[in-house]
Amino acid sequence: MAVETTSRSVPAAADGADSAAAGRGRGPGGKSGGSRGGKGAGALRRAAARHWYAWTMVAPVVLVIGVIIGYPLVRGVYLSLTNADEANVERTIGVNHIPATYEFTGLENYTEILGDSVFWDRLGWTAVWTAGCVGFTFGLGLVLAVMLNRQVRGRSFYRIAMIVPWGIPAFVSVFAWKMLFNEKSGLLNQVLDGGGIDAVPWLGDPTWAKLAVIAVNVWLGVPFMIVAMLGALQGIPGELYEAAEMDGAGPWQRFRNITLPGVRTVSSTVVLLSTIWTFNMFPVIYLLTRGGPEDSTEILVTYAFRLSFINSPRDFATSAAWGVLILVLLSLFTVVYRRALRRQGEVW
Amino acid sequence: MRSAPRTRGERGPLASFGLHAGLLTASLVALFPPLWLLVTSFKPRNESFSTALVKNFTLGNYEHVVADTYFLTWFGNSLIVVAGTTAVGVFIAATTGYAISRFRFPGMRPLMWVLLITQMFPMAVLIVPLYNTMARLGLLNQPVGLIITYLTVAVPFCAWMMKGFFDTIPVDIDESGRVDGLNPFGTFWRLVLPLARPGLAVTGFYTFVTAWAEVAYATAFMTGEENLTLAGGLQTFVNRYGSDWGSMTAAAVIIAVPAAVVFGFAQRHLVAGLTAGATKS
Repeated sequence: MAVETTSRSVPAAADGADSAAAGRGRGPGGKSGGSRGGKGAGALRRAAARHWYAWTMVAPVVLVIGVIIGYPLVRGVYLSLTNADEANVERTIGVNHIPATYEFTGLENYTEILGDSVFWDRLGWTAVWTAGCVGFTFGLGLVLAVMLNRQVRGRSFYRIAMIVPWGIPAFVSVFAWKMLFNEKSGLLNQVLDGGGIDAVPWLGDPTWAKLAVIAVNVWLGVPFMIVAMLGALQGIPGELYEAAEMDGAGPWQRFRNITLPGVRTVSSTVVLLSTIWTFNMFPVIYLLTRGGPEDSTEILVTYAFRLSFINSPRDFATSAAWGVLILVLLSLFTVVYRRALRRQGEVW
Repeated sequence: MRSAPRTRGERGPLASFGLHAGLLTASLVALFPPLWLLVTSFKPRNESFSTALVKNFTLGNYEHVVADTYFLTWFGNSLIVVAGTTAVGVFIAATTGYAISRFRFPGMRPLMWVLLITQMFPMAVLIVPLYNTMARLGLLNQPVGLIITYLTVAVPFCAWMMKGFFDTIPVDIDESGRVDGLNPFGTFWRLVLPLARPGLAVTGFYTFVTAWAEVAYATAFMTGEENLTLAGGLQTFVNRYGSDWGSMTAAAVIIAVPAAVVFGFAQRHLVAGLTAGATKS
């Protein structure tokens, strides 16, 4: 079995897409490559002879990714450079087939989006939303995981109870919350009313609505954090704590100097995952507030969706451009995040 | 050890109380919304918002949802889409997971990168081109169209999860297969895959749950009441034209139960799978 290591350096995140194209070209061609002669083909033939089974094994996935992710991606980028909308894309009405009539417009969509305050407003709120959600989710998750990691009676009950929100489809939970948040007769306001407090317009006021969507998303995200951090905590050897206690370290010192470093690797991964998920979190906002009131809770992803599927006429080109911008932002974030980790000596 | 007032692991009563209070509060907050959903579903429709627990127990909401709405059709649509996605996703991802777990081959690093990066692809970047392509192929409102769409999420995810599971199977097993004269495919198919069955199951379960809960693509691609999946169907009960909270809660409970059961099986292995690839490589 070929287990020799190639000494190729890690390619940067950005060129992953074109390397995939190269890999796809090589995959199926690996077998036929052997029959070709020539000077350069010698190395290729040797490589093919050694690696053809690996290439065959990955071929289906490479093919599928190329067709249903690669092609739409390229097409999405192209669409973002046109003026495609509902009225001019290729479509079939009854038996009539109407060909596409949209035109290439270059970077017009992008200059328009970046010159408009809507994009920057949405970006600002998306940043607040992502930072708020990830911060609270991580903090709560870590605290609860530390508590669950102690020897405490009823531990398995607590653990199961806290994981419940993860096991229920998010859109179902969002509707449950929507019911609780109902302004006229929702349970939260009825309870407040019982205490003599005026009804809170949970989803009707921009500030409250923002807090409400963040709260629901934190509620949805904490279970994953708890489970992940619990796994990390259990990987820390107990002797470390015993030794620290012998040396007279207090609880806070033990937490700072043993627990936190011990969960760092897992933390860096889950924070990255959680950031990406939150940034792209569609159902919470779409189902809870529909982006309202007056766009105040609309994040980039829901706004892009609205442009092409809710607004009329549907503006496919601008929506595609938003999509591309979102992808660029996420890639930038990932690269910066990884670089920051690497500078701190993380080998992730 | 007796010199210390308390040995490790013991707590004062105050700390103990605080710990339990904290955990109990968190558990209640976690459990309450779904429980309230369940409770409400058994109330008559005009009492949906009463603060009391069930006073007049009824199954009327369930009967109404099952008999008088398209709910069962939606349920069927969802089942087809989700089962198709899971089967295809796990099937074609298994060999790839094995290859990147065991072999070092040219193109492997880029492939791993693509698998990671495509997992974080926002649906916003693919939804418009996919929608237009599906429209051109006449696959809108068809389960097949949604299956293909979900594969964009499922395939990279499944391949990555499977890699994690294959990593936990000792390489000695592959070597013994080779000694016995099996080629790599035979080793994979006869020796490793049977051992990876739990991994296949967990990957499949999780794909199932993810697809079951997907909203954006389902909302955009499936229109017309009889074509909806559950994510779209549930929205029809409570929208700007009217709110039937009773039916919504009953439908929500029926949707949540299978997902929760499936999730219960899979969750134990989930985080290990999700974070393994990232921390080990």
